[in-house]
Amino acid sequence: MDSSQLLGITTFTYMFSTVLYIAILVFRTPKLGGIATVFTALAWCIQTAGIALRWIESYRQGIGHAPLTNMYESVVFFSWTIILFYLFIEWKFKTKIIGAFAVPFAFLAMAYASFSTDLTKAINPLVPALQSNWLIAHVVTCFVGYAAFAVAAALGIMYLLKNTASETTGPAAGFSSRFPAPAIIDDIIHKTMVFGFIWLSGGIITGAIWANSAWGTYWSWDPKETWSLITWFFYAIILHTRYTRGWSGTKIALLAIFGFASVLFTYYGVNFLLSGLHSYGSG
Amino acid sequence: MTLLTQFWDFFSSVKLAIFTLCALAATSIIGTLIPQGETVDFYIQNFGAKTAHFFQILDLQDMYYSWWFLGLLGLLCTNLIICSLDRFPSVWKIITTDNLAIAPERITKMANSTKWEFGTDKLNQLDLAGLLKESGWHPSSKSLDESEIFFSQKGRWSRCGVYLVHTSILLIFLGAIIGHFSGFKGSIMIPEKSSSEKVFAYKNNQPLALGFEIRCNSFAIEFYDNGMPKEYKSSLTVLEDGREILTRNIEVNSPLTYRGITFYQSSFQGYQNFLVTITENSSGDSKLFTLPFQKQMSWKEKELQFGIINAEVVGQRVVRSKVWFKAGDNPASIVWIKDNDQADFTSGTKKYTISAKQMYATGLQVAKDPGVWVVYLGCCIMLLGLFMAFFMSHQRIWLYKNNSSNTPQLWLSGSANKNKVAFGKVFNALKTHIEHAVQR
Repeated sequence: MDSSQLLGITTFTYMFSTVLYIAILVFRTPKLGGIATVFTALAWCIQTAGIALRWIESYRQGIGHAPLTNMYESVVFFSWTIILFYLFIEWKFKTKIIGAFAVPFAFLAMAYASFSTDLTKAINPLVPALQSNWLIAHVVTCFVGYAAFAVAAALGIMYLLKNTASETTGPAAGFSSRFPAPAIIDDIIHKTMVFGFIWLSGGIITGAIWANSAWGTYWSWDPKETWSLITWFFYAIILHTRYTRGWSGTKIALLAIFGFASVLFTYYGVNFLLSGLHSYGSG
Repeated sequence: MTLLTQFWDFFSSVKLAIFTLCALAATSIIGTLIPQGETVDFYIQNFGAKTAHFFQILDLQDMYYSWWFLGLLGLLCTNLIICSLDRFPSVWKIITTDNLAIAPERITKMANSTKWEFGTDKLNQLDLAGLLKESGWHPSSKSLDESEIFFSQKGRWSRCGVYLVHTSILLIFLGAIIGHFSGFKGSIMIPEKSSSEKVFAYKNNQPLALGFEIRCNSFAIEFYDNGMPKEYKSSLTVLEDGREILTRNIEVNSPLTYRGITFYQSSFQGYQNFLVTITENSSGDSKLFTLPFQKQMSWKEKELQFGIINAEVVGQRVVRSKVWFKAGDNPASIVWIKDNDQADFTSGTKKYTISAKQMYATGLQVAKDPGVWVVYLGCCIMLLGLFMAFFMSHQRIWLYKNNSSNTPQLWLSGSANKNKVAFGKVFNALKTHIEHAVQR
């Protein structure tokens, strides 16, 4: 068993997880909920083993480093963090239906990582600039933040479906009747965005400290840095509209989804569409 | 409305904050789409003369330091300062207020409130302070004629969290301003064995005096099999007035700092020169020569002539060099030596050891930034403030005992400014605890 096999399996296990969670929506068996959670947790453990194995394999090749250094590794880690964060949310708020919206994000990320021809899966040696402990701190904090924003966006979609469906009748209304009340979804959206905001702040800060120890500048308005700041501004604006303008509900759900679009551009768009110091992340 | 009131209302509004953040976010996008810091010709070629001229008017080629972008940042700072000055005094009042002076009727109006009526003797037998302590609340109390009031609170300083976050942003800006005005950023290429007393500024390539001398003693580099650099480091020495002060090895991510100026290993350049060390084995005499490619040199005292006549290269990097060596009148010998390796030559009766290494220049980025620690302090305070603002809340509990009427009363109430659901549970637990104590 090597890491690429374990990570390949992960794509399919997350696909099956998605199916299980959607099945909870369609059929009303409470037992399915328990099965979905256990299966997803096991799939996450397999992915963890895959990531750990890749780390070990890099040392065996004499180019040992944490598996966080190119696009393939970061997408895999992103998917891992989404599931971890989702399982935490599921445990804290005791609502399994969120899985039908959040787990697909992790599945799609793994599918992209596994099947895209843009990404090299080989374990590559690190250029000197990336040989630093700050690599782990910076990448982990950023991706925990991204994962929280992904779950917030998933909840935003769920909220919008619940809100529109409650004004209709028919099969659509049937599904969404199983969702928690809009006020509860709204509350969880808020909490996940706050969590993501704090971790993104940590991610930007660790990036700045690392940049200063490597290049002598903690901020150089490089496209990646600037877009991470744009995303940070976006979520800061959302937090302020909620606290002081009383915005909630549909507006916040939409903003959560747009915010994630900004996250995706910061993470992915910048590497492929713009150029700069962060070009490590491309392919 | 006076001018001051209008000014204050404008700058203390959250609407302004939201507008400014939106403006900063939207305009920041422009700078990522239009390449920054390029020459005038670049913009003319890529966008056309008219658009390039438009860019120049708005300083879009360096937009993050343009007057209007800095103006937006200034607007944000003013907004932060005025908002904090406007709202903090009332928060301070809440934090420092004497909660025992509360009018009893107000107690019953809180979000969480409950009233009990018990028999007199039961009520007076209870150690109410003790009951509160058992539940983790440490009360202060005040006795009046026929009543007693207990108060306890947790996390009142968490109300400062949001103000810490906002102050941290101001600190970060302050650090950036300090760094901009009393710091510099530049670079220098120093060949091995050479030194420099100045560096060249990024902005305009002007020389900047360091105030001391920095010498590159040696540069070492290793490559991966695929030709990518694996690791490279330099040995640097700082000299003042010719005296060696300190010597350190630096590598990428591990810089050297002296008198507030930091030297970062950032690049390198391979030269077409070689560092050749010749040792006469019998006497142990050894000498280092800096040898240009394909140039003959001699060590007169030992009657030696030598030169690098060929080299095998990958990119700018020498893998092997072909050394030509002649001692006295003996026939010359030619040998390939791997870079940074050595070979033995026998000429007549004498043995010599020669090492040949490609000469590199170390590429250093040099920065002086007195404001960087202010920025880091701001970052720490921001994380602390965010944690306080979102994960801590100010919780307050009042317990009021009134013996005045025929039916003595006990009132319990409390409030929290955040996470009220969780506080509701805490309140109910305390309520149950008191009820059980009374019913015993």
